[in-house]
Amino acid sequence: MTPVQAYTLRLGDDCLVLGQRLSEWAARAPTLEEDVALLNIALDLLGTARSLLGAVGDEDALAFLRAEPDWTNALLVELDNGDFGRTMARQLLVSAYQVPLWAALASSTDPVLAGVAGKAVKEATYHLDHASAWVVRLGDGTAESHARVQAGLDGVWPYAAELFETDPLVESLVQQGITAAPAVLLPVWQQTVERVLAEATLTVPESSWRPTGGRSGRHTEAFGYLLAEMQHLHRAHPGASW
Amino acid sequence: MDFQQVIDTDGRIEPRDQMPDAYRQTLVRQIAQHAHSEIIGMQPEGNWITRAPSLRRKAILVAKVQDEAGHGLYLYGAAETLGVDRAELLDLLHAGRQKYSTIFNYPTTSWADVAAIGWLVDGAAIMNQVPLTRCSYGPYARAMTRICKEESFHQRQGFEAMTVLSRGTAAQQQMAQDALDRWWWPALMMFGPPDAASPNSAQSMAWGIKRFGNDELRQRFVDATVPQAEFLGLTVPDPALSWDGEHHRSGEIDWTEFAEVMKGNGPCNRQRLEFRQQAHADGAWVREAAQAYASKHRPVA
Repeated sequence: MTPVQAYTLRLGDDCLVLGQRLSEWAARAPTLEEDVALLNIALDLLGTARSLLGAVGDEDALAFLRAEPDWTNALLVELDNGDFGRTMARQLLVSAYQVPLWAALASSTDPVLAGVAGKAVKEATYHLDHASAWVVRLGDGTAESHARVQAGLDGVWPYAAELFETDPLVESLVQQGITAAPAVLLPVWQQTVERVLAEATLTVPESSWRPTGGRSGRHTEAFGYLLAEMQHLHRAHPGASW
Repeated sequence: MDFQQVIDTDGRIEPRDQMPDAYRQTLVRQIAQHAHSEIIGMQPEGNWITRAPSLRRKAILVAKVQDEAGHGLYLYGAAETLGVDRAELLDLLHAGRQKYSTIFNYPTTSWADVAAIGWLVDGAAIMNQVPLTRCSYGPYARAMTRICKEESFHQRQGFEAMTVLSRGTAAQQQMAQDALDRWWWPALMMFGPPDAASPNSAQSMAWGIKRFGNDELRQRFVDATVPQAEFLGLTVPDPALSWDGEHHRSGEIDWTEFAEVMKGNGPCNRQRLEFRQQAHADGAWVREAAQAYASKHRPVA
């Protein structure tokens, strides 16, 4: 796998795993409008994941036949959904990262990443609007919703740091103009998130704990169950077409 | 024109028009039941989203379940033009006082059930629903026009998924046959009891809500579907099925099963309703928060 492919796979894994998590909401959302919205976001992420995985290899082989250590998504996207407050808090943190990331990648020197990013940035902008609106409503809604969304945010917050980690792969791609430096994306993310949390009357969590490992295939316990569910049918029928 | 003249001239009744109470009540009941069927119907298919065997199938299934939520929205919207609101209708569903299609009280135990639902259940739904695009009540007819376009797409994707399974490995073929075995009779029951035993049919026909009888629509479905099963190389689970030179005639339908499922004794009645009740209860704090936020931030007049 080339460095660009390895990087493309990271981004694809983020989208696929988050899409899988959001799709677990099917028929369970607080309102019918949210059933439509959550599935729509899941579908966008799944579509982006397919483009990215397909640029690296066979999308189904990559999705259904890789074991845990071969997945390079960030830990944040594999965390369980929790309640709607936690799901929206996570979506805010991820979308606020994806918007500037896709915006930067839209002018990547890599044509695949640039093409995918050009479409994904529009979708992520909508996902960010949607998550922001909910975090604000929940934060500034009732005492219960404030407490719940704050708790959800506190739970997922430590995992956001991993999105902005760098390593030799990222550094080499930054130098070639293929992607943006995490240090450039971080302040944009901080500004977005802090603005939304202030409007939501929520407290920006502080955490010295920065769980990491997803990019090198070291995942949370929850991820094994996600893969078991997602992969079992495909694996039960080796070589079958669907 | 008064109500009867509009009906007699095959016109459309609109929300502000005069209409008999019984007409309004019949429509509310039917549209609500239809809307409830869309949202309960998200469960048996949603059941397979996280396990779909390829990314393409997963994307199709997510889109389809999303469409069903959208259909629920249009239909509750159509019902609201008759002076009821969605929350009230959902409460009636959750209290077990309004029904949804009996078909969704059967379990989806294999992937092939997703294909069979598209092929058979959506196929039967289309037979029932296309005539509703000419229903005398305007908002319902217009909602159905949009819904039927999407349902037709769902039916084709179901048949295509079934085709792949029936041309696949021995295990896939067996899965496809098993799904047909389990969904065939419940699909035939979707058209409702025989006309002779269908208490509301005659009045609904007279009002232009219903355009064809249950038995006629059921026959159309059998005629359309039997050749499709043959094309797939699958066997319709009806030893009495015969061709009379004009139509494929099915054997006797077990109406006691239908009556049991209607009464609440189908395999999944309790599960489907409890799932809905739980989702609604789990979302209560979110809906309350949205209302509280909206009233705090109401624009000053």
